[in-house]
Amino acid sequence: MDLDQITIMLRSFWTIWLMLLFAAILAYAMWPNNRRKFDEAASIPLKDEGREF
Amino acid sequence: MASATLTPGAAVGGHQASTEVRYNEDAVRLFVIAAVFWGVVGFLAGTFIAAQLAFPVLNLGFEWTSFGRLRPVHTSAVIFAFGGNVLFATSLYSVQRTSRQYLFGGEGVAKFIFWNFQVFIVLAALSYVLGYSQGKEYAEPEWILDLYLTVIWVLYAVVFIGTVMTRRESHIYVANWFFIAFILTVAILHLGNNINLPVSWFGLKSYTWVSGVQSAMVQWWYGHNAVGFFLTAGFLGIMYYFVPKRAGRPVYSYRLSIVHFWTLIFLYIWAGPHHLHYTALPDWAQTLGMTFSVMLWMPSWGGMINGIMTLSGAWDKLRTDPVLRFLVSSVAFYGMSTFEGPLMSVKPVNALSHYTDWTVGHVHSGALGWVAFVSFGAIYYLVPVLWKRQQLYSMRLVSAHFWVATIGIVLYITAMWVSGIMQGLMWRAYDSLGFLQYSFVETVAAMHPFYVIRALGGVCFVAGALIMVYNLWRTAKGDIRIEKPYTAPARVAAGA
Repeated sequence: MDLDQITIMLRSFWTIWLMLLFAAILAYAMWPNNRRKFDEAASIPLKDEGREF
Repeated sequence: MASATLTPGAAVGGHQASTEVRYNEDAVRLFVIAAVFWGVVGFLAGTFIAAQLAFPVLNLGFEWTSFGRLRPVHTSAVIFAFGGNVLFATSLYSVQRTSRQYLFGGEGVAKFIFWNFQVFIVLAALSYVLGYSQGKEYAEPEWILDLYLTVIWVLYAVVFIGTVMTRRESHIYVANWFFIAFILTVAILHLGNNINLPVSWFGLKSYTWVSGVQSAMVQWWYGHNAVGFFLTAGFLGIMYYFVPKRAGRPVYSYRLSIVHFWTLIFLYIWAGPHHLHYTALPDWAQTLGMTFSVMLWMPSWGGMINGIMTLSGAWDKLRTDPVLRFLVSSVAFYGMSTFEGPLMSVKPVNALSHYTDWTVGHVHSGALGWVAFVSFGAIYYLVPVLWKRQQLYSMRLVSAHFWVATIGIVLYITAMWVSGIMQGLMWRAYDSLGFLQYSFVETVAAMHPFYVIRALGGVCFVAGALIMVYNLWRTAKGDIRIEKPYTAPARVAAGA
């Protein structure tokens, strides 16, 4: 099997790689332990100034 | 007033009670002024060329004032001059606050970026009027101006990313992720699409490194991602900072914002081929572009839901705060135009819509409804803050701006839908003998009333922008208009 054939074979796995990548992002976003961190991050814009309009 | 200060001890829970964060606002103020100025110039240019299409006599008989040369002046003025200055202002304002850090490189570098960017805009506009163009949509400036812009852009990247890297906040806020994606991708697009060979040592004329369909593909990889990363990712950064800020509540779902970010930037980059349906581009590439465009529905709408639902539980603010109304309506327009876009990328739909006014209408529902409205919202938020005023001169005038501009957009996009679909249907109409039913000039004549309506829409949009200029001018002077204030409904006042 030469390099071209390997490339072509691996190419057909792109859907799977990308699906795994997406699953990993989803897992990171939804991971229960990350909840506190994200809640804190969400409040960053609201705590920056002493005065508000 | 070189900078704003705060003592973060009270705000962040006492970790850094001894340090004081200073923010640079001088450079941001300059960018806001430039954004408003170029906005009016760009809207005026657009309205003028719209009138040229309806009444060709307005081409005035000079090459410098012909539609072909003024059109890139309009597109560059609104996208890069208005949109660009808005992005500079909002990103450099919010990155300091979300990073709790002064601008990296200091005020000098930020002002260097400011003045050189304005010089670039003027030179680019002059070059178009004098007939110099690479002939690539949204990438018209010739090679020497491209090099100039590259220097400015790299400095901007250094300032922005430097500020994020030296942040005092542990997390990088989602708005900064979008801004970084916008800055880096635009840099890559600009370099990739502008590899040109000048034909003479001292001339401006150059030719692109690839030719034929490859050139078209590189151009639309650039062109669509100018939409995806300049006009979308950058302005989503504005949405993620200014909507929560103005509404006084955190973004609806931070988790959704993470999924939104990664899926949006991953999918957008592949959508370019939908600009080249039924051309010499290989069929598989066209289908790929269409597929990724359709998939973009999901992240786009995820972002829209996140922006709009941030108001969940505070919907009454839409009635009492016209600035927030601008911000939230912009997200609604974003949802509408990102629904329409994937629809138009589907090949059979594209067979009807391509090369017609429908495309122009689609672009403007995004450009006027999403990009300009979110910009107006951010500018109305920023001016009282940056000029240290209690409030805007007049909220009633903000509301007037909102409605005049909205009427303008509705006139514009409905006229272009009717005109575009009619144009597409006329082009493909055959008579009983198999001949084309209409000559090209008959389709042009049929579009005339809609061109007039479109120009009227433009007039409304300019009028709204002038109301904004007056309002901001009086705000900066420190005036407050005596008017009936917007009051919150009684039940909210009782609950608060």
